Amino acid sequence: MLYTEKVMDHFMNPRNVGEIENADGVGEVGNVKCGDIMRIYIKVDGDQIVDVKFKTFGCGSAIAASSVATELIMGKTIDEALALTNKQVIDELGGLPPVKVHCSVLAEQALKAAIYDYATKNALTFKGLEGYDPDEDHHDHDVVDIEF
Amino acid sequence: MKQIYLDYSATTPVKREVIDTMLPFFTEVYGNASSIHSFGQEAKTVLEQSRKSIAETINATPDTFYFTGGGSESDNWALKGVMRANRKKGNHLITSKIEHHGILHTCTALEKEGFEVTYLDVDAEGMISLEALEAAITDQTVLISIMFINNEIGTMQPVKAIGEIAHKHGVLFHTDAVQAYGNVKIDVNAMNIDLMSVSGHKIYGPKGIGGLYIKKGIRIQNIIEGGAQERNRRAGTENIPGIVGFAKAAVMADEALESHREKLIYLRDKLANGIMATIPYAKYNGHPTERHPGNVNICFEFIEGEALLLSLNAKGIAGSSGSACTSGSLDPSHVLLAIGLPHEIAHGSLRLSIGDFTTEEDVDYTIESLKEIVQKLRLMSPLYDKVLKEGK
Repeated sequence: MLYTEKVMDHFMNPRNVGEIENADGVGEVGNVKCGDIMRIYIKVDGDQIVDVKFKTFGCGSAIAASSVATELIMGKTIDEALALTNKQVIDELGGLPPVKVHCSVLAEQALKAAIYDYATKNALTFKGLEGYDPDEDHHDHDVVDIEF
Repeated sequence: MKQIYLDYSATTPVKREVIDTMLPFFTEVYGNASSIHSFGQEAKTVLEQSRKSIAETINATPDTFYFTGGGSESDNWALKGVMRANRKKGNHLITSKIEHHGILHTCTALEKEGFEVTYLDVDAEGMISLEALEAAITDQTVLISIMFINNEIGTMQPVKAIGEIAHKHGVLFHTDAVQAYGNVKIDVNAMNIDLMSVSGHKIYGPKGIGGLYIKKGIRIQNIIEGGAQERNRRAGTENIPGIVGFAKAAVMADEALESHREKLIYLRDKLANGIMATIPYAKYNGHPTERHPGNVNICFEFIEGEALLLSLNAKGIAGSSGSACTSGSLDPSHVLLAIGLPHEIAHGSLRLSIGDFTTEEDVDYTIESLKEIVQKLRLMSPLYDKVLKEGK
C-alpha cells in the first residue's frame, strides 16, 4: 500500500470534518486546477482554539493531513497552533510518500490562513504570523522543506 | 471481503486453459527454437503454429506477424522502425493527442531525432476528425498512427476510414490495437491496416508478450538487434511459453468474441446507467456507442480520483483514475484534458473496466458502494458547499 495505516485511518475516518457556523477564522488554500483545496474553520475563546473543523477536496493524503492537523491543534493556544509545522503533520501520520509532502504543507498553510483571518478580523497580532503573506502561493508541489 | 476486479483494461488474469497450455513449455519442451536438435525443433514447430493461429484471427498470413515483448515494444518498433527506414520519403508522422504513452513518448523521442509530428485533436467524445487528418497530410508524411480503442475513455476510432485516407495519399497506417484486440473483430486487410500492435496480457494471456503485424513489403528498421530470430527482424530467444499462451488466449478470445462482447456490453451499460441514474453531478466520458465493450469512464464533480480509488479499494473494488495524484504528475490524464474537460473535473475521473469474470452482482455492489463513497467524499469537499447551499 502506498500509505501508512495511520494515513488510511485518518482518510477513512477523518476527524473534525465539517464547518463551524460563525467561525472566528476561516482559511482556504490550494486550487482546483491542481486537485486539492483545504478549508479550515476555527472557533477561538480567549487565546484558545476551542473548536476546529475542515473541508478538503483532494487525494487521500490531503484529507488525512487535514484531519491530523485539526486534531493536533484542537484545544491549543493560537501561539501553539502557529508553531505547528508540516513535519509534525507528517510524523503524526507515520510518514507520507515524497510526492505527497505538499499535502502536509497545505494543512499547515490552511491553518495559518484561518488564524490570519481571525487576527485580521480582531485586529490582533501574533508572533507566529510575522512575515505571513496570505496571497503567497501556498501550493508549491515542489516544497520539500523537511529533512528525511 | 469480496474482491471485485474492475480494471481489465490495465491487465487481465490469465485463463486456466491458457496456463495449462503454457506449462509444458517451461519444463518439457524447453528447447531454444533456434537450436538444430529435437528440443529446439519442437519449440520451433509450436512457435510457428502459434504465429499462424494469431495471424488467422486478424486475417493475416503468418509471415506478417512478429512476436515482441509487449504492446509498448510494438509501438516503439512500428514508429521508430518505419520513420527511420523511410527518411528518404519524408520526416512527418501524424498521430493523436489521446494515444497511449507507448506512442506519445516514442513520438517525443522521434522529434529529438529530427522528425516532425502532428498531434491531432479529438472532439468531446474522443473522436479524431477525418477531415483534420486528411488536411494534416503533407508530401513529407510517412506514417499515420491512430489507436484503435482508447485505453482510458474507450472511444473506438473509425480505423477503416483512417486507413483509406492514408492509402489514398500513399501514407502508411499503424494502429495500436492493444485494447481492441480480443474485444472487436479485426481484419487487417479489410480495415486497411499496415501495422498493428497487440498484447497478450490484455486478452487473458501472459504478460511480457505482444506482437506487431507488419504488412508485407513495408520498409521497417529493427530496433532490437542481435540474433536472427523473427526472420532477422526482432532479436532475442523466443519466449515460447509466453508465445504459446498468447496464441491460446488469442484463439479463445476469437472463438468467443460475440458472446464476450454481448456479455460485456450488457454489464457495461448496466454499470454506467446505474451510476448515472443514482449519482448526480457525474459525466459519462467517451463515445456513447463507438466504444470498448467493457469500458466505463465517469467523472464525479467536487471530488478527487485517488480518494475515490482508495475508498473503493477499502470496499474490495479495484478501479483506476486519470487524476493527477494517480498519474504521478501534477496534471490529470492527457486524454481527459484532450476531450476538453477542465482540470477540476478531470481530477475526479474513474475508469471501471469489465471483463469475462465480472458478474451482475459485482456491478450491483459497485453501484451501491460508489453511491455511498461519492456522497461521503462530497460532504467533505469545500467545492460541494455551493451545491448544498444554493442547489447550484
